Amino acid sequence: MNRTADEITARNPDAAASGGARADDDSVLTVENLEVRFDTEEGELSAVDDVSFAMRRGRILAIVGESGCGKSVTSYAILRLIQKPGRITGGTITFRPRGRPPVAITDLAENAEALRRLRGGDISMIFQEPMTALSPVHTVGNQIVEAILLHQDVSQADARARTVEMLGKVGIPAPERRIDQYPFEMSGGMRQRVVIAMALVCNPEILIADEPTTALDVTIQAQVMGLMKSLQRDLDTSVLLITHDLGVVAQLADDVCVMYLGRIVEQGTVRQVIHTPRHPYTIALLKSLPSLALKKARLPSIAGSVPALSARPPGCPFHPRCPHARHGVCDVGNPPPSEHLGAGHYAACLRVEEVARSEGRMPDVECRMPNAGTAKDNS
Amino acid sequence: MTEPAQPSAPETEAPPEVRLAEAGQWTLMRRRFRRHKLAVVSLWLLFGMYLLAAFCEFVSPYAPDTRNIRYLWGGPQRVRFVRPDGRFAPRPFVHGYRRADLEDTWSVALEPDPARIYEVRFFVRGEPYRMWGLWETDRHLFGVRGADGQPGFIHLLGTDRQGRDMFTRVLYGARISLTIGLVGVAMTFVLGVVIGGIAGYAGGVTDLVVQRIMEVLQSVPSLPLWMGLSAALPATWSGVRVYFGVTIILGIIGWTGLARIVRGKFLALREEDYIVAARLLGASRGRVVFRHMLPGFMSHIITAMTLSIPGMILGETALSFLGIGLRPPVVSWGVLLQQAQNTSAMVLMPWLLIPGLFVVLTVLAFNLVGDGLRDAADPYN
Amino acid sequence: MTRFIIWRLALMIPTLLLISIISFVVIQLPPGDIVTSTLDELLADGMEASEEQIAALRAMYHLDAPMPVRYLRWLGGMLRGDFGYSVQHQQPVSELIGERIALTVVVALSSLLLTWALALPTGILTAVKQYSPLDYAATVLAMLGMAVPNFMLALLVMWGAFTWFGVSIGGLFSPAYVDAPWSVARVLDLLKHLWVPMVVLGVGGTAGMVRIMRANLLDELRKPYVTTARAKGMRYWRVVLKYPVRIAVNPFISGIGVVLPMLFSGDAIVGVVLGLPTTGPLLLDALMNQDMYLAGSFIMILSALSVLGVLISDVALAMLDPRIRYD
Repeated sequence: MNRTADEITARNPDAAASGGARADDDSVLTVENLEVRFDTEEGELSAVDDVSFAMRRGRILAIVGESGCGKSVTSYAILRLIQKPGRITGGTITFRPRGRPPVAITDLAENAEALRRLRGGDISMIFQEPMTALSPVHTVGNQIVEAILLHQDVSQADARARTVEMLGKVGIPAPERRIDQYPFEMSGGMRQRVVIAMALVCNPEILIADEPTTALDVTIQAQVMGLMKSLQRDLDTSVLLITHDLGVVAQLADDVCVMYLGRIVEQGTVRQVIHTPRHPYTIALLKSLPSLALKKARLPSIAGSVPALSARPPGCPFHPRCPHARHGVCDVGNPPPSEHLGAGHYAACLRVEEVARSEGRMPDVECRMPNAGTAKDNS
Repeated sequence: MTEPAQPSAPETEAPPEVRLAEAGQWTLMRRRFRRHKLAVVSLWLLFGMYLLAAFCEFVSPYAPDTRNIRYLWGGPQRVRFVRPDGRFAPRPFVHGYRRADLEDTWSVALEPDPARIYEVRFFVRGEPYRMWGLWETDRHLFGVRGADGQPGFIHLLGTDRQGRDMFTRVLYGARISLTIGLVGVAMTFVLGVVIGGIAGYAGGVTDLVVQRIMEVLQSVPSLPLWMGLSAALPATWSGVRVYFGVTIILGIIGWTGLARIVRGKFLALREEDYIVAARLLGASRGRVVFRHMLPGFMSHIITAMTLSIPGMILGETALSFLGIGLRPPVVSWGVLLQQAQNTSAMVLMPWLLIPGLFVVLTVLAFNLVGDGLRDAADPYN
Repeated sequence: MTRFIIWRLALMIPTLLLISIISFVVIQLPPGDIVTSTLDELLADGMEASEEQIAALRAMYHLDAPMPVRYLRWLGGMLRGDFGYSVQHQQPVSELIGERIALTVVVALSSLLLTWALALPTGILTAVKQYSPLDYAATVLAMLGMAVPNFMLALLVMWGAFTWFGVSIGGLFSPAYVDAPWSVARVLDLLKHLWVPMVVLGVGGTAGMVRIMRANLLDELRKPYVTTARAKGMRYWRVVLKYPVRIAVNPFISGIGVVLPMLFSGDAIVGVVLGLPTTGPLLLDALMNQDMYLAGSFIMILSALSVLGVLISDVALAMLDPRIRYD
């Protein structure tokens, strides 16, 4: 089945709205009703359930949520990197490159040449663990040059020159020397810069960053985030940022999807989601953020804990922890559908209006990140 | 809040009726072990073998040195349920044998004699023996009744060149071969825990010296060294003394593996907060070691011990097979296999290789149980 | 790198000294010595020796010196290539063991190569195709391979060859070449016979290596750098072969130090069963006849060769893995 992008858009009338994270003509990637399941001893668990969003060209879309909410799985699904026992069981992912016809990624065969061209060429990815994301027994140069040679018809020497240039661009001092070093000779921040260089060296249209700074020190985190933002602007790359850090989202992202237990509960622009959140989960997440402005004695936390995927509650998955949950409304039937609140802002809550009335507007999220630009970590 | 880089199967919680948090480490280990079907089957198999070895006087129909001169070099007899005339027999039986009239052959050939039928009976009286040296009895688990005025015989696994029952001898051999592994491992346990513990706890120069010695012992080819040491066992020694001599020899080299594990665990545990806390609270050295540290890796020790038993059994078998370990009249699987050393014996009497089958089965079972234990002992899998 | 090798060579010295002490203990362990056995022979021939003659004999063999002196004398002799005197063969030990040690090394190394050649692809396939029929078959075979003692396997191979093909296999040379001087034809003859001990000795090691390779590769395949490489757009098999296999192969190299003594051990008993002109049969014979200098020398040299194997594997590992090299 080779659906064209127009058909997909046609099926989704809401998408016509401007902004937000729903498909429109300007989107570079659309995900429609994505479903990923894992075969486990307890049976089939769905890790991602009915997830739809679109990435706007040249913007940063953040997917935010707690551990195990399915945000990483979603990002792996885009490059078809999900390994057994997991698999994509439904939905479509469509890549719309500039000046070329759209590619339905979910329709490609596992070993298709087209899929390999996509990986690392048009769409590349950086991972959260810079310590282990690079092979310990190959030089960083070897690993970056390989990425170039896989996608571009250039000579070894040209690839090497391009690698040195790229290493310099991501702020690695003395790149012509560093290129022949092994990952273990570098600091964590350095390695993540190498990983970023490797991901951007083929000028991808989309960069997927899966918690790129989680494993780094706070100061280095800020530097790496700043680097990514400036590179994204320079290279006009569209970024899908996977994170659990709402501070980072507020600072960097243009659009946001909030995920809970494998479903998107709220999506929209950063302004919409951060300043006028409509889903009780988003509201709870924002309230639990430490804020310098609010000098409360105790930081509010979300009651209870995230249930296991095998014990997904009926009705709204968030209802057991939700202060607004209504018995007989929120705890029965299927999970609530996403409702369009206007201007591309969606929330999957049956009691959206009541919630909006009682919560009002959120205080500004503290941006604890210094504007680091391309500052270099000293290592 | 970190996630694995590659999304793995989503975590799942145990069903509520399993109170994981309250289960002790042994309960947890048992539960995980039971998931390994093959390991569980192997454990029962080993249990059965040790049971047979313990009661070998009773289970075997003969004494290990009783000769049946009517059935020298005889093959395994088939237990039959259908009489020659095609009727179903009321009891299982074996046929008697007669000398085959083969003029042009140089070998002694025996063929089943359909005329003779020896019925298999249970709890029969037979040769008298002293059970565990405690009481005299002549009851055997099974035996046959004679026919036509001749006493019958049953040799399930055939006989050797002297007409001794191989089934009986395999069972008696099991008693030696199976226990030598246990005794040897008990010795390596003491040596390994003491030496490894000292090295790991003391550290410094002691640790360096012990490590060096372990390295050397591990790089020496074990069989030649075992051979060299067992050659020093005086030929005049009695069976029991040779048995312990061989065990000690096997243990002298075998302790290094266990000691290495113990040392490693001690080094790791020494820095653990709960050990430091125990020490700071004023617990004595002995209490820290035995009350706090040993329980922390007892499961690993048991696993390592299980996995080292096959090596011991194979060592004894190899030495006895070469004629420098246990010697007749002691019966062990290695001693039995010595009879199968040349090709012609094997070709004529392949059943002499059956003790080897028992060796393979035992080693396989111990390896499988050890594998199961290793997986079960790891609390993070 | 040079410093690393020199350091490792220096570390070998105490190891070799310890091994020489162990070997010397083995030599000294049996009651009696060369003089008592000579006297026994004299007695058997109806002759007797006087006290002075005995004392003279003891002095000749330096048996009158205290133990440490005798050890040092033996150690000094070894450094000059003198391994003592074989009472049984009436020859210096060094003349007896040369070719046997060489053939043992040939048998052991060829088994090692066979082990690698079989275990590497099998280990990779079973890990990549985890839980496939191939994986299960290989696992069952490996468990069996580890449980069958090598001398049993030798017996079975001989039995099978005789019953099915009517040939008795054994030895490393055809009768015509047993005592022939070395020539191209003799080497070819050796190669023709080598496969039996190679297979018999290689099975156990192969089984173990497959299990290790499989477990290590499974660990490595789950590492993030594999996903990184796949996200670059590499073909799956190219990723597997370039990255995780490169790292999972380390135990093959470091395993030399463990496998080599295992193979020497195996040769000691398989050599006896298959009648190989290697160290095994002569060692057993020497032990049976209490020809202790011969036996002790075998133990000493085989152990020293194993230690050399450890050294080689350490150096190879350092060349293969930059993390060790830079330590």
